[in-house]
Amino acid sequence: MGLRSYILTRILLTIPTLLLLLSAVFIVMRVLPGDPVALHFEKRATPETMEAMRRVLGMDKPLWMQYVDYLSGLVDIPYLFEHGYPNLGKSMQTFEDVGGQIFSAFPATLELAIYSTLIATLIGIVLGVISSKHYHSIIDHLIRGFGTVTYAIPIFFLGIIFQLIFGVYLRWLPTGLRLSPTVSPPTGLNIGGIHIATGLYTIDSLLEGNIFKFFECVKALLLPSLTLGLILSGIFIRLTRTNMLETLRLDFVTAAKARGLNESTITYGYALRNAFLPVLTMMGMQFAILLGGAILTETTFSWPGLGRYIVDRINFRDYTAIQGAIVMFGLFVTLVSLAVDILYAYLDPRIRY
Amino acid sequence: METPLLKVDSLFVDYPTSRGTIHAVENVSFSLEKGETLGLAGESGSGKSTLGLSLMRLVPYPGVIVKGSIKLDGTDITKLSENEMRSIRGKRIAYIFQDPMTSLNPVKKIGDHFTELICTHEPNKSREEALERAKKILKNLGIPSERINDYPHQFSGGMRQRIMIGLAIALNPDLVIADEPTTALDVIVQAKILDLLESLRDAYGMALILISHDLSIILERCDKVLILYGGHMLEYASTIELHKNPMHPYTQGLLQSIPNIELADQRLRAIPGSPPDMLHPPKGCRFWPRCSYATEVCRVKEPPLVDVGHNHLVRCFMHSKEASRH
Amino acid sequence: MSKIRSKLNVLKHFISEFTSLTKRGPSGWMVIIGVIIVLAIVLMTLLSPWISPHNPAATNVGPIRAPPSAEFPLGTNHLGQDMLSRILCGGSIMLQVSALSVLVCFLIGVPLGLFSSYVGGNVDKVISLIIDAVYAFPGLVIAIAIAAMLGPGVINMALSIAVVYIPSYFRIVRSQVLSIKELSYVEAAKAIGAKWHTILSRYIFPNVVPSIVVIATINFADAVLTAAGLTFIGLGISKAIPDWGWDLYDGWRYLSSGAWWIITFPGLMIILIALGFTMIGEGLSELLNPKLQH
Repeated sequence: MGLRSYILTRILLTIPTLLLLLSAVFIVMRVLPGDPVALHFEKRATPETMEAMRRVLGMDKPLWMQYVDYLSGLVDIPYLFEHGYPNLGKSMQTFEDVGGQIFSAFPATLELAIYSTLIATLIGIVLGVISSKHYHSIIDHLIRGFGTVTYAIPIFFLGIIFQLIFGVYLRWLPTGLRLSPTVSPPTGLNIGGIHIATGLYTIDSLLEGNIFKFFECVKALLLPSLTLGLILSGIFIRLTRTNMLETLRLDFVTAAKARGLNESTITYGYALRNAFLPVLTMMGMQFAILLGGAILTETTFSWPGLGRYIVDRINFRDYTAIQGAIVMFGLFVTLVSLAVDILYAYLDPRIRY
Repeated sequence: METPLLKVDSLFVDYPTSRGTIHAVENVSFSLEKGETLGLAGESGSGKSTLGLSLMRLVPYPGVIVKGSIKLDGTDITKLSENEMRSIRGKRIAYIFQDPMTSLNPVKKIGDHFTELICTHEPNKSREEALERAKKILKNLGIPSERINDYPHQFSGGMRQRIMIGLAIALNPDLVIADEPTTALDVIVQAKILDLLESLRDAYGMALILISHDLSIILERCDKVLILYGGHMLEYASTIELHKNPMHPYTQGLLQSIPNIELADQRLRAIPGSPPDMLHPPKGCRFWPRCSYATEVCRVKEPPLVDVGHNHLVRCFMHSKEASRH
Repeated sequence: MSKIRSKLNVLKHFISEFTSLTKRGPSGWMVIIGVIIVLAIVLMTLLSPWISPHNPAATNVGPIRAPPSAEFPLGTNHLGQDMLSRILCGGSIMLQVSALSVLVCFLIGVPLGLFSSYVGGNVDKVISLIIDAVYAFPGLVIAIAIAAMLGPGVINMALSIAVVYIPSYFRIVRSQVLSIKELSYVEAAKAIGAKWHTILSRYIFPNVVPSIVVIATINFADAVLTAAGLTFIGLGISKAIPDWGWDLYDGWRYLSSGAWWIITFPGLMIILIALGFTMIGEGLSELLNPKLQH
């Protein structure tokens, strides 16, 4: 089938998946536990207080109506335009818009996701290529062993160890937060009346021209993204290695060797360029997952992103906020997966011609 | 006597696998003069591709050349370093692979295949000069030079094979090894490709090794023939000699199985049996399970290679006893 | 009598298969080492009540936050508890949770997979769609959501982890069944009138078992890591029972004191057991489907 019909089919398939996802979240968060409001107060409030909360949050309506409200809130376009974020309900704790809270927590997660994915793919590809070129040698086994071991390490343990070594003993790097409290966050660039800010501290501080701030941001980013990057690199090592090994055995690689071309030309121009596509799509997938917040990493490093937001809300028993965050997460993963699938179809020459 | 262009002496190539060692090539020797054409004939699994690749030292992992020498103009290339070998590949010896559909880099333009090759071996040439040469070669092969920026999948099988040939002869190599150059193509294109190879050989004076399971092609186009079976060389002679006096039962069987369009109502005669399992090959002569002349000694001992006259070598007990009688 | 004998034969078969692993190259060794690690840890946990020098839950058996010494080889934490004793039995919760979750996954995922792929058609399509949706979702988030709603406890943790991994079992079983279903000996069995449960149990299931074992071991490893993660966030068990995950969280809170022993040893134990299971899984997987056979 042509590219256009593939895209259409894929998008159409996403809709029931999305509906399923949203309904599942609703069932788990609203229906299963019984009464989220009662759980929130842990039975330590008067019935009047609970009733008042229910009214404010729209939870005194019958269940099916809540379901409809829930779904319609998500497709509420005027709300989206007015606030800049979708309607995900209100927090049980502060009664603020959950969407707004998520919106302000998102840039931190985005920044972490970008750098972690970059580190993971860099390490993964380099080690994967080396591993494939020394097939069955000690280097190969060591690198594969490295990939296996990193998989078995709990990510927060690695983070803690890094904090211990670099933060407590060596005191080179901060152990948490995006920026030391003494430094004000970068504000980006102001040209004329236009304000350009990405929310990514590293970029914004460069836009501002403040090198000191830039280094402070990098210092804070280093440990969490390194932790995430190292743990995730295992997947990329394995993927790159497998694809490289497959590609290196293909005829056109042997034919290139038969023409006496350089090692590096063959490794990169012939093998890697053809093996790279699955790696690219895996990058996309991993990035999507990270966008939902690397929960454990953010907790360990007190990184104010979506992941930590969810954990905080759990501690406050703020069920509406948790629900909103999970919905947001699900939306991210689904949409980015969709984009990745379409990208793959576009890049794969079998579909191009 | 002048040193031949290529002299292979007692070559042994093994594939050590977890299930046992496969002796893909055992004790093969031959020589090739400048401008000569050698045909390497055998069924699939006979080791002919392995033999061809070993001449480039490109036997795929885990294969290794365990014994023997391959002398190119007197220099044993099995003893060269990888770097020295790399400068020989593509420049002095070239290889044309069997399947043109998979032998070109799908993400590289045709022109880039050429410029890459030329600039690697002749670094003093600029990219423009290389491109010019590429266009000329392609034109000689019947491919319009405007297509130099096209990708491999935009060409037909026959054209891709011609591009492969173009890449092989681009640097005027002394020796070209063509591994089943026509198997993946239809009959009409087959003849054209073989004619092309012949004319190039005449024009550039290069030696050619033609690897094929199709003995009729080899008889047509080659000066001498090497019959390979289960990694062993069974017969080696000039084409005329072989055709006139096929000595080995296997060769006779191969010749008889070539269909003759002039003989009506002729049943196709095939050699009974199937190629040996290379993990557990038969003891003694490799061919005895399929040989109608096999005797007791054939099952136990491997026959020696004997010269029956006119530089005609055979590995068969039928002829070694005769030869020893003279 | 013959049933007992046939079961004994199966056992003998397993044991001989196991010892033959040494001859199967590096993959075989991976499996053996993995099994040794896992058995050692399980044994350690089971024997801990008798071999612990101190009561792991008792406080102030030693000085607060003391580094490793002769008396307390792994040091003490901020409650004065002996780390060695806590390490010896700290795997108990984690092992229970993982074992339970693997069991649940197996009991639900495998029959579901068998049923869905055997029946085929629209039923299969719908079930697969649902399963794929769950599978695409990152596991930790699902586990957190469910654990948050269900509350603390071993069973709740096990359930939340189980939900995450059921899709893996389902998919593996389904892909295997789909490839076996069309083979001729199954067709032959149908032709002689074998009932569906006979076909499933005698023809299809035995061929699916190896893949299930591989998935189960990897499931175990993941379950251990997820359980640790849940505890770290505070969704695990209550404080009373010694647990590696809990000690990690505890040690983290006192990070600035530099008491590395409270963090390192529990962490290493978690890595060890996860590694053990992973090695078994990867080794088995390579033995059963050798990659890149020449």
